[in-house]
Amino acid sequence: MIDIILAILSSIGALSILFASIGILRMPDFYLRLSVTVKASTLGVGLLLICAAIMFPDVSVTTKAIAIIFFLIITAPIAAHMIGRSAYFTGTPLWKDTVIDELAGMYNKETHELESKEEEAENPPNEEPNIAKSDEETE
Amino acid sequence: MITLETYFDYVILPILAISVMMVFIRLFKGPSVVDRVIALDLIITTGIGIITVYSIRSNQAVLLDVAIILALIAFLGTVAFAYYIEKQKDD
Repeated sequence: MIDIILAILSSIGALSILFASIGILRMPDFYLRLSVTVKASTLGVGLLLICAAIMFPDVSVTTKAIAIIFFLIITAPIAAHMIGRSAYFTGTPLWKDTVIDELAGMYNKETHELESKEEEAENPPNEEPNIAKSDEETE
Repeated sequence: MITLETYFDYVILPILAISVMMVFIRLFKGPSVVDRVIALDLIITTGIGIITVYSIRSNQAVLLDVAIILALIAFLGTVAFAYYIEKQKDD
């Protein structure tokens, strides 16, 4: 019985990691790649660690596995947010079929602060969103 | 009827190995630095998964300590890359 549970959990975990890597290879844009990889890989590694926690009879291993899962869930979104933010500042182009870029013109270029809607009314944004012209720029 | 050990050996570990290979392609051809940074992050995260499966297979619970350290290094590396890439634009 416990073998079946372990097999199901590890299968779902390995398949999520596989989908994350297919996504990072196939997605057309940096931001889409970022949004695919972080969530799927955290889920996959978390499920594999739950497998280890069930498999070993020790309490210490279970504690360690839960600690790694907790750490991953805490840190993965922070790292993803920071790298996405710095990618937006350094001018990584968006996918060529992007419909809307709601951040365009909302960032203060000097202080790197996000401005709200009211301040935007005083200085209307005259910047074009940084959308790629062709697939080759983001591929 | 296959056992859980052969299932881990012949299904789970090859899937994870194929994933790492596909991420390596993105690491080599990624058009910008940030693509390579997230590819490295995903490689290390997949490495944590491989270490976990290997520690189950070889019955060595000590290997999970390595997974903790790798998770820490992946986070710190990504944050440091993001910080300095953003600083580089200012100058």
